[in-house]
Amino acid sequence: MPKTPAPPRSFQEIIQRLQSYWSMRGCAVLQPYDMEVGAGTFHPATTLRALGPRPWAVAYVQPCRRPTDGRYGENPNRLQHYYQFQVLLKPSPPDFQEQYLGSLEAIGIDMSLHDIRFVEDDWESPTLGAWGLGWEVWCDGMEISQFTYFQQVGGHDCHPVSGELTYGLERLAMYVLGIDHVMDMPFNDPDAPTPLKYGDIFRQTEEEYSRWNFDVADTAMLLRHFEDAEAECRRILEQPAQDPKTGRRIVMAHPAYDQCIRASHIFNLLDARGVISVTERQAYIGRVRALAKACADAFLETEAGGGAL
Amino acid sequence: MPDLLIELLSEEIPARMQTRAADDLKRLVVEGLAGAGLSHAAAAAFASPRRLVLSVEGLPAESPATREERKGPRADAPDRAIQGFLRATGLTRDQLETRETARGPVLFAVIEHPARPVAEIVAAVLEAAIRGFPWPKSMRWGAGRLKWVRPLQSILCILSDGEDAQVVPLEIDGICAGDTTRGHRFMAPDSFSVTSFDDYRARLKRAHVLLDSAERADHIWHEATASAFARGLEIVEDRGLLAEVAGLVEWPVVLTGEIGAEFLELPGEVLRTSMREHQKFFSLRNPQTGQIEGFATVADRETGDGGAAILAGNARVLAARLADARFFWENDLRVARAGLGSWLDSLDRVTFHRRLGSQGARIARIEALARELAGPVGAAPEAAGQAARFAKADLASEMVYEFPELQGVMGRYYLAEAGLPPEIARAAEEHYAPLGPSDSVPEAPVSVAVALADKLDTLAGFWTIGEKPTGSKDPFALRRAALGVIRLLLENRIRMKLAPLVERQILRHEIAGRGEGEERALLEDLLGEIARHGVFGIAWKALKERCRGSLPQHLEEVSERLPETAADLLGFFHDRLKVHLRAGGIRHDVIDACIAMPGNDDLPLLVRRAEALQDFLGTEDGENLLRGFRRANNILEQAERKDGVEYSFGGDIGFAEAEEERALFQALSEAGERIRQAVADEEFATAMVALAALRTPIDAFFEAVQVNADSPILRRNRLNLLSDIRSLCLSVADLRRIEG
Repeated sequence: MPKTPAPPRSFQEIIQRLQSYWSMRGCAVLQPYDMEVGAGTFHPATTLRALGPRPWAVAYVQPCRRPTDGRYGENPNRLQHYYQFQVLLKPSPPDFQEQYLGSLEAIGIDMSLHDIRFVEDDWESPTLGAWGLGWEVWCDGMEISQFTYFQQVGGHDCHPVSGELTYGLERLAMYVLGIDHVMDMPFNDPDAPTPLKYGDIFRQTEEEYSRWNFDVADTAMLLRHFEDAEAECRRILEQPAQDPKTGRRIVMAHPAYDQCIRASHIFNLLDARGVISVTERQAYIGRVRALAKACADAFLETEAGGGAL
Repeated sequence: MPDLLIELLSEEIPARMQTRAADDLKRLVVEGLAGAGLSHAAAAAFASPRRLVLSVEGLPAESPATREERKGPRADAPDRAIQGFLRATGLTRDQLETRETARGPVLFAVIEHPARPVAEIVAAVLEAAIRGFPWPKSMRWGAGRLKWVRPLQSILCILSDGEDAQVVPLEIDGICAGDTTRGHRFMAPDSFSVTSFDDYRARLKRAHVLLDSAERADHIWHEATASAFARGLEIVEDRGLLAEVAGLVEWPVVLTGEIGAEFLELPGEVLRTSMREHQKFFSLRNPQTGQIEGFATVADRETGDGGAAILAGNARVLAARLADARFFWENDLRVARAGLGSWLDSLDRVTFHRRLGSQGARIARIEALARELAGPVGAAPEAAGQAARFAKADLASEMVYEFPELQGVMGRYYLAEAGLPPEIARAAEEHYAPLGPSDSVPEAPVSVAVALADKLDTLAGFWTIGEKPTGSKDPFALRRAALGVIRLLLENRIRMKLAPLVERQILRHEIAGRGEGEERALLEDLLGEIARHGVFGIAWKALKERCRGSLPQHLEEVSERLPETAADLLGFFHDRLKVHLRAGGIRHDVIDACIAMPGNDDLPLLVRRAEALQDFLGTEDGENLLRGFRRANNILEQAERKDGVEYSFGGDIGFAEAEEERALFQALSEAGERIRQAVADEEFATAMVALAALRTPIDAFFEAVQVNADSPILRRNRLNLLSDIRSLCLSVADLRRIEG
């Protein structure tokens, strides 16, 4: 085994090493999706591209928002805005576990000193109509990644099967850098002329968003926007495939899916505002899932989805 | 005699599936081999996080050659029949033999099954086992079609005979069987080949894999005990966790540590739950104080630093987790000490069930019912009501949001912090009980009142909206709730009539689900009338009279369906009671005979009657009396059918002719008095002894007297005498329902 590289010194160095590691393994390194999502899986490069027969290999950082996890920047581990690093390989390679373990070495985890474990964790996203089998990966008792073989997305069987990795970047980085409170973590190099900690960048925003998420967001407006996004998604998908202007066949799977992402995020905000009851929750999740399924159906008709040309 | 060794190496198998999977592998392969005519001396299966292993000893080198004869159609049968036989046997017409039989010339097929080498059979059997493996959940991977619990990486399959080992030729979806495996994922990842099971097991151990999960569990337990002892602590037994952890490691290494002093103020339940659920740590307890002070974690490897980095990492994760728990605890304590009001308010906004309203509304209903139940269970109504009001307050706490399994336990702590009396704090924890047939039943009256009210309200609610359990589907655990009510009533000997309580609670749901304004007031009135009259029918009539018949449509509908809903729910209680009593050895027909009696909604009474009847039927007197009853009843029923009347006037001793007849009249009148009194006193055993005294005069009567006498007057009088016997017996239990 190659010798473990020198330990990284900052949050961004860990991201850079992951990007370069997966880039070396042939992944296209994408940029984050420009919408609010609850998890990196929502990026269309995962959700939609896991469907259909075409091979795919991407890695990207995705900022995620989980309004209910806001703690005003006080909790050492919980944030309403955080980063995931996402890898999707289709078909999943036979040595996917080994490749993953290699990425841990790359970010400075010495495999001879730590206890890495694959603990059963079946992944299911009720809002995406998706499920897969896999594990949460533990390093010395801490969950550092999700490892999933997608079986279904948007209600469709995946064939070939995609292997998905999700690294919770803050938690992983805190572990590697030996930091106890996320806000104390060096974001850039600690010896830079302007050293910035995670807290210098995000403490204030965590506080602001926590207040807005929990107590201020206009729920009546959000409810309206949820309905709007849902209606727009449906309307997009109802358009005939033939574009009257260009005469081309253009199924608008991605614009429709954007509305599905939007509805999902608005639902999360409503949830944080505490205005959704347990049973209503199920109904909302069902509505988002219906959108996700419709988008998946549409994507499978497109060229990228391997559909009829 | 070759031995077979199979190892299926895969990516990590979920711990909870391993034992079952090892058993399934053994069963499928052994059955498959036996089906092909291969016997074996011994077989053993093993599982670890990455492997399923089967060792089969003492197989024959080949299956026995067999000869099978099958009889076909007659030689002169239509061609279609003969063609069918050829297809079924796989032979051609000239391969069939014709033999003379009693019914003429008949075709016979003689099929030779030559001996097959064991390797060929093993290959076929293993392939079938892998392709049809009953994983609870399986998956595909890559571009392949094979399904396994997680990607299958290699197959080791060898037959060894003495020094010789032969690889069984087998390929499944591109995976070729071989004689190699790999050791521990990190400590010995290189592949090596093996020649036999003993060799395999020994080499695996050198490659840092303990094959047998029992050995791993043992090792963990001993190491943890010793290491805890060295710290002056003892391990808290947790078999479920031990089995799980043994399925997460191939090379267990136990590391122990202490919990930071700043977390020791947390309730022990919180420490244990957090460590167990989040990190699969064992708890270590101070044997003097019982306080949880340490943890044991199980790593899957040795390291150069003696586990220092692993332990430090685990301790850091634990500290973060417990910091979270302490954050919840401290926030919750603030609410608790302020009187819990904000939690109760917030439960008004939490939906319990779409059609059953909010948690707040649910709590109000439970509180109303708990007050009504207080009397029969021996609690003060005010205390029962207060306990019900606060029993579910912890559902709004942060700790229970994080650890739902701590509901009730946290309630007890928080209610105590709120300054509520101990019996009320205790009810918060105990009102969920009993959770299953073996869970203990609360005894404290306040806890019992809330426990009953909670369960009855749930049942009444789901019955009102028609969400009853069906088949294996019982998503709201209603069977468990009904059994809980039954056990609470029986084990605490609580005497009360369930029916009016059930009716009132269904009505409360109807009110909550609908009524507004005037209608709601009327429903409330009706609730009061039920409380007064005890029976819905009379209460309804009283209300109707008061309103001079002009009641809203909805209320009419409620009144129509309510008795049926309540009766159906009562029937559900009876079904669950039957299941419960059957487990205690009481026959179902005995229970049926008692359910048919009045007062069947008073469960301890019902059970007392059933127990007395079961005892009675077990005696000779009981058996004979039952026979006499049946004889009387049969004659009576026949006559009633024939005559089209019911004989129920009672006989007149003045018309008695025979001495035996007069004696029976006499005995009936004496026993009748005693039985009526005993039944009124609920002394069923006494009543049955008195019934038994009738056996001799009844037998003598049937011996000497012709019931169907020529004289119509005599006949009618005798039938009426038999009806006295019947009604007396039926006043004790409905003996018509006894089988056999």
